[in-house]
Formats: sequence, structure tokens, C-alpha cells
Amino acid sequence: MLGRLTIDALPFYSLIAFGGALVTVLGGLAVVAGITWFGWWRTLWSEWLTSVDHKRIGIMYVTLALIMLMRGFIDALMMRSQQAVALNSDGYLPPEHFDQIFSSHGTIMIFFMAMPFLTGLINIVVPQQIGARDVAFPFMNSVSLWLTSAGAGLVMVSLVIGKFSTAGWTGYPPFSGSEYSPGVGVDYWLWAILISGIGSTLTGINFIVTIIKRRAPGMTLMRMPLFTWTALCSSILMTFAFPALTVVCALLVLDRTLGMHFFTNGDGGNMMNYPNLFWLWGHPEVYILILPAFGVYSEVVATFSGKRLFGYTSLVYATAAIAILSFTVWLHHFFTMGASANVNAFFGMATMIIAVPTGVKVFDWLLTMYRGRIIFHSAMLWTLGFIVTFVIGGMTGVLLALPPADYLMHNTTFLVAHFHNMLIPGALFGYFAGYMYWFPKAFGFTLNEQWGVRAFWCWLIGFYLAFMPLYALGFMGMPRRLEHYNMAAWQPYLIAAALGALLILAGLAFLVVQLVVSIQERQQALDLSGDPWNGRTLEWLTASPPAPYNFAVLPQVRDIDAFYEMKARGVAYRRPDRYHDIYMPKNTGAGVILGVLAGLLGFAMIWYIWWMAIAVAVGMWAVIIARAYDDAAEYCLPAGEVEKIEARRYEALASAARTQTAGGRSFFPQQLPEGLT
Amino acid sequence: MISGNLGFARRARASRRHGCQLVKEPRAYRALRTALAVGAALLGSGCDLSHVPVLDPKGPIALAERDLLFTAVILMLIVVIPVFAMTFLFAWRYRSSNSNARYTPNWSYSVAIDAVVWLVPAAIVIALGALLWSNTHKLDPYKRIDAAVQPLEVEVVAQDWKWLFIYPQQGIAVVNELVFPSRTPLSLRLTSDTVMNSFYIPALAGQIYAMAGMQTRLHLLADAPGRFAGRNIQYSGSGFADQHFEAIAASPDEFNAWVAKVKQSPDKLDAASYRALAVRSKGHPVTYYSAVAPDLFDTIVAKYMGDPAHAHQHAGQ
Repeated sequence: MLGRLTIDALPFYSLIAFGGALVTVLGGLAVVAGITWFGWWRTLWSEWLTSVDHKRIGIMYVTLALIMLMRGFIDALMMRSQQAVALNSDGYLPPEHFDQIFSSHGTIMIFFMAMPFLTGLINIVVPQQIGARDVAFPFMNSVSLWLTSAGAGLVMVSLVIGKFSTAGWTGYPPFSGSEYSPGVGVDYWLWAILISGIGSTLTGINFIVTIIKRRAPGMTLMRMPLFTWTALCSSILMTFAFPALTVVCALLVLDRTLGMHFFTNGDGGNMMNYPNLFWLWGHPEVYILILPAFGVYSEVVATFSGKRLFGYTSLVYATAAIAILSFTVWLHHFFTMGASANVNAFFGMATMIIAVPTGVKVFDWLLTMYRGRIIFHSAMLWTLGFIVTFVIGGMTGVLLALPPADYLMHNTTFLVAHFHNMLIPGALFGYFAGYMYWFPKAFGFTLNEQWGVRAFWCWLIGFYLAFMPLYALGFMGMPRRLEHYNMAAWQPYLIAAALGALLILAGLAFLVVQLVVSIQERQQALDLSGDPWNGRTLEWLTASPPAPYNFAVLPQVRDIDAFYEMKARGVAYRRPDRYHDIYMPKNTGAGVILGVLAGLLGFAMIWYIWWMAIAVAVGMWAVIIARAYDDAAEYCLPAGEVEKIEARRYEALASAARTQTAGGRSFFPQQLPEGLT
Repeated sequence: MISGNLGFARRARASRRHGCQLVKEPRAYRALRTALAVGAALLGSGCDLSHVPVLDPKGPIALAERDLLFTAVILMLIVVIPVFAMTFLFAWRYRSSNSNARYTPNWSYSVAIDAVVWLVPAAIVIALGALLWSNTHKLDPYKRIDAAVQPLEVEVVAQDWKWLFIYPQQGIAVVNELVFPSRTPLSLRLTSDTVMNSFYIPALAGQIYAMAGMQTRLHLLADAPGRFAGRNIQYSGSGFADQHFEAIAASPDEFNAWVAKVKQSPDKLDAASYRALAVRSKGHPVTYYSAVAPDLFDTIVAKYMGDPAHAHQHAGQ
């Protein structure tokens, strides 16, 4: 009846595993109890879970990312503390548990922290930046969100029911095959990324179409803001790279579930096809994660330097070049698999070529600061911390691109330090910068600066403390994924790295404090103008938070810095002569229901509960068909209603202008909205 | 375990001369030493680092690989140092409170600067690319090392979680200890009788994967007698942490004496004892086999090859 699911799946076998399960269950119950206590269920359902508004979907994505960041970071702390003590001893984590932790850490941070974070930022910002009212496919957007959430849910469920994979976040066969990993762990991993991966493919398609088709009049491709450009390139990569992951995971599912032999040791299987397919997705994935962060840095550095972005055209071409090249380098993840010197040299050189457009970007950001008026807002601090730190990661990356050097450094902690050096300053700092930069746009009030700055310094110093020792340990030949060791010389470095992780913990705690303090003090930090930083791009033209339709009248774009140009001409806040009816997509429960069913399908497949898998698949099909027959998917917002909303917006603008002239809180010098005082 | 620690002891002695190694001393003193060493690690100065295997290699292959690493770092500093300097300089000079600095809010392009930012990194990458091409061929792990002496052939089999070394020329086999004469090229054929492993002796050469049903190659050489740490560096399951061995470069006499000693062993490696050995084990002790079934290595590789129908028939027997 329940496949291989028995009472033994509950984590009563280990105190630590039981603790993890208990925290997960209690956390979930606390959230449910809280929502019930405050009576938020109805609002939650009708305003959020069923929403197809890109801004709300974006907020839910970022929320998911922040929750999963906590989970992934607890994994990191456990690994660092284990390695700090496990010299000639077993530490406190047995190998089976330690191996699950490094597997879930990587999986969560890539798929359920970084991906939702960047997708959330793209969702909130891109339609506004291109002057659109919504994405091209609002319902598909909701489906993407809930498929991603279903994947994250499966990873969380594995804490309580059964175990997670021990095969690392890359899941190389034959180790991840049923012969060497017979339990449900690898299946949890597979179904979590299969389901969320389809969500990411849909997101990619959605934003390609949105950016190509929904731009405001006058916004040519070469007038798109840099963040939109990076979102476009990232979406193209998602659309073309994620299917490779879906295929490779599906093949591994066939191996494991139906006893096929794509990647097995014997019977005609070839394990070497797996790394090829996996990294055919995996390397573009690095740029899927990093490019949107590059976009954030480009926006932030121009805004807070009070200056046009330097070398816009170069930055666009560099972004596109990186996107294309990212498909030509996958083999550098396994130079050590015994390919011929010609093959290794080709992929090594292709890899190094990526350093050129990346270098160009760094110089263009620096030259944007040159002869600017730099304001050290927390978003700008993340950017500066990124530039300095990322260059180190780029350097170690080129070292690893040299096949002979890679033979020495591959699989060591040097590699671990390198990719964290790319993804923490390269991607995560960018997401944080974007979070602090666009928070007022999403919620209508700015975040507390003081706590933001404190969080930044903890993260930056913590990063160096945690990862520079890992570079050194790599030179000492220390492998990654090591549960205990017998080399006394390694321990001081591992203790230092653990201290670094503690500092990052403080940084993470300060981010939470920042959010709490900002919510408490929001009345003093309201963003009435919708343009708190004297912004340059169209998202600052809308109200904070924007009306459901973003723009009552679609803006006319004349420049790269479209909004800045409108402010300079004094037309940014001109009242239109009349308003029109606006058609907007209706909320629908189909997306969230599909997500829940997809999660159940994954669960059924993991535990071999075949009747449930069939029932859920039929259910999903029924929901899709029902939705396809729903012809009334839009509603009309009458012109009169739009006018009312816009009238409130102009009142807020006038009030913002009064505060500013009265010498009130005005962090940034900016031109006053004309004719409002 | 004792023999496994000797290589590390050697390095420990070397680094003790430099005064930052943990030694058996009173507890408080040891704690203080640990704190100092942590401090050193924090500063990144890492006084151990000059003697760590990758930076202080003991053979020509690893040395050439390290030198390539150093050359690349120096070349890249041409870009990295200006970036550091410009970041701090611009951030300081153009801070908003400094009204003396020039402010050109609309300046956003310069052909000359654009050319420099594209061409200088491109030139460095071209230089590195040339270096990469020649070195990748020169240091191809499959390439034999030129030497007057005939290479010593060793066949390496990765198992859960240990290493089996078969010496076909000597007709012996050893678990978790690799002994070979220094200044003689070592020619390795590798395979796996389990999941993917990666064979790695950082002081002597880079790593190469060992995979079931396949054979990979690695050539290396030790300049002088010495003991080196070797291990599997590709995660392979719960015994992975203990899957290390000692690589001992000996003088020719010592090597011959060692071979003679192995030949004294009562254990022989035939099909039955191989099956027993291949069973999963953690921290397997060093074991000597005075004789080994001919073509054992090829049999292990062939086990995973061939058509599925044949394999099933075989498994059914």
C-alpha cells in the first residue's frame, strides 16, 4: 500500500537527525498556528498563493530563497564544525549523516536558494524595468513558482521521512545508482530537482517572451537596462540548459526505478555520459546564477555613483558573450577523467576566454565610479565587496582552467573555495544588493541602513575567514567532502574556517534583525515618491509598491536611462489626459494546486507508491485541462478605478515633495516631481 | 595506520623547524600553540604553506604543474592589481562628500579605454592560452616520462575503500602501500572495481579518475627517496575519509629488499582471495600478496564490459 515507506523511515535512529526533523516539523506547525491565530488563511489564499501578479510571485520566490538560505546555512555550519573537531576522531557526525549534509547544502543553495532568489528579483523588477504591466504568461509564472516550491518541499520532507542523498549535489553515478545507493536519498534529490527544474525552464521561456515582446514603446534592445539584459541572457540559458538537467535526471530515474543501464558500471552503461550531460547544464547554470547579479551591480553602481553606466554597449556584448561561451566549457569540470590533451586544452582555453568579457565588466563598473559621486549605501557596499573579492575568485578560476594545474587542485578544498568565491560574492552579494536596492519598490518602505551595513561587514569578513583557509588547505591536498582526517596541520585552518562561518552566521542574523527593525520602523521610512535613490530606470517611475498594473499609461522610452531622462525633461510625473480600462489576469488556484500535486507525485515516485503516483498524475492532467477551458482568465479594471488609484499615487507624490522641501528625510538629492508642491 | 602516518610525520618534522606544528606538549601549551597556528592561518601567512605538497612538490611532474600555476598567477596580477588599486582609489576619491573631485555625470564612453579593457585581458588570455596548450600536451598524464631507466609498471585498482597495487613485473600485489624506486618513472594503469575514484599523490603528480570497465593512465616520478601521502580524492561513500595510502619512493636496494619481503608473504591473490578483498572495508591494513593471478587487472576491467546478455549469463553462474 505504501511502497517502501515504513515506520523505519522516521528518524528515530539518530539524535541529531531526530532533532533536525523535530525542528522542521515544529517550525512548520508554528507557521500554520501563526496563520490560523491571526486569521490570515483567507488573505494568504486569495491574495498570495493564487496570485499571478509578477510582483507577488517575486516576493514569494525571495521569501522561499531566504527560508532555504537558513536551512542551507545550518548545513554549512554543521560541516564546518564537524571538520573543525574531526582530527583523528569521528567528530559528532557519522559519515552517513555528514554525507547527506554536504549533499543537501549544495542542492539547496543552488536550486532552492540561488535560483528562487534571482527568479524573484527578475520577477519583481524586469516587467517594471521594461515598462510592462505583467509578464507574458502570468499563469505559467505561478506554475513555475509552485513547481520550485514543491522541489524545496521535498528536500525539507526528506529531513523527516527517510533520508536525503549522500551522493553530493552533483550525484555522480555509479555511486548514485541503485547498486551503490539503494535507499530513497538519491530519489529525493532527483525528484526535487526534476520538478523544480521544469519550473526553471518555464521561467526561462516566460522571461524571454516577456522581454522580447512586452517592452514599452521606444525601448529598443539597446536601450534595455543592464539588469533586463542579464535577465534575458539568464533566461535563454535557463531555457536551453535546464532540459539537459531534466534529461540526465530522468535517465538516472530510469536506471534507479526501472533497472535500466544508462550509467551503470556494467551491462553497457557508461557513467561518463552523466558528467557530460550534467555539466552541459551545470556550467551555464553558473552564469544563470551570476548574470542577474551582474545586472544588479550594473544598476546599483550607476545609481549610487550618480552617473551613467560606463560602456553600456561593451557590457551588453560582454553579457551575451559570456552566455554563449558558457555552453562551450562544460568539460573543465572533469579534466581528470582521462580525455586527450587536445580535448582538455580546447576546453581549458574556451574557459579562459570567458575571463575576458568578465574582466571587461569589472573595469566598466570601476569606470562608472570614476568621476562619480559615490554614496555608500549598503547596496553599493555589497557591490564594492563583490568587485574586490570576485577578482580573486576569477584568478583561481583561471588557474583551474589550466588542465595541468587542475589535475593538482581538482576535488580539493581549493575547488570548494573557488566556487564559493564565485557564488557568494558573485551571485549572493548581488542578490543582497538587489534585495536592499529594490525592497522599497516591493514593500513601500526602505530597509534599515545600519543593520544592512553591519550584515555586509560580517558577510564580507566572514567570507574571507571561511574560504581563504580552504584555498590553503587545497594546496595541502585536502579533499572536499571529508568527514574526518588524520593530518594535524589541517586543523588550524579548519578552525579558522569554522570561525568564518560563525561570522557569516552573525551576518545572517543581522539580515533578520534588519528586516524586523525595518518593519517596526516603517512609518519613518516610507517611500512615498517611488524613487528613493534617484533612480535611472523605469521601475522607479511606478509607485512603491506599484499598482497591480504597474503603469496606468505605458511610458515612452527615449534613452537607456529612460526614467532619468524623463525626470530631466520634467515629464516623469505628468498626469495623463485620460485613463483607459486595463485588462489584468485573474488570480487562479490552478498553479498552487499543480505544485502540491507535483510534490505528491515526487513523493509517490520516491517511495514507490504507484497507485498514488497514477492518481496524482491524473489529477494534474485534470487541473491542466480544466484551466485550459477557463476562457475568463482576465478581469477588467475600469478607467474610473484606475483614475482613483492614480489620484492616490499623485497625493503620495505631492506629500513626498512636501517632505523633501520641508527638509525632511531625504537621503538622496533628487529632482522634485514637477508641479506637485 | 602507523605506516600511514609516516609521510605526514616527515612533513611534521620539516614544519616544526619553522615553528608552527602541533606537538605533544602540556594541554594549555598545546591550546596556546593551536591558537597561534589558527592566528597564522587567519592572517593567511600560513607558515606551513611553503612545505605543503602542492607548493613544494617532490617530482618533476608535480613541479611543472606547480610552476604553471605560479606563472599564471603572475600573469593575472597584471589585471588583478589594477582592479584592487582602482576600486579603493575610486571609492575613496569619488565619495560623495568629496566635492573637490571632478564629477562628470554623463561621461559614459571612451574608445581608448574600451580598447584597453578588452585588449589587455585578451592579450593575457592569449599568452596563457599558449602556455596552456603546450603544457597540457607536455603534462598529459598518459604520456611516458623520458628517462634512461625502464619505467616500473604498476596496475592500480580502486575498491571500497582501499587501493590495490599489482606489480606485474614482480608478480606481487599490495593493498594500501605503493613502493617504488626513486628516479625511476612509475607507469600506472588504473581502473575501479567500484564507483568512480580519483588517484592522487599531490607531492608527485596530479590526479586521474579510476572507473570501472575502463583503464586510465598516469605517469609520475619521485626525485629522491621519501614518503608521500596518497589517497582517493573523489567522494565514494562512507569509507571515503579513510581511503588513503602511503607512497614510498625508495632507493633501488630498498625497493628490491621490499619486493623480497612481499614475496615472503603467505597470502596469494587469486580469484577467491580477490573476491574476499573486494568486499567493502574501511581503513584496510597494508597487506602483501606474494603472488598474483596473471591478467588479474584485465579481468577486473573486462568484468564490466561486453554485451549485457553475456554479463547476465555470467552473473547467473
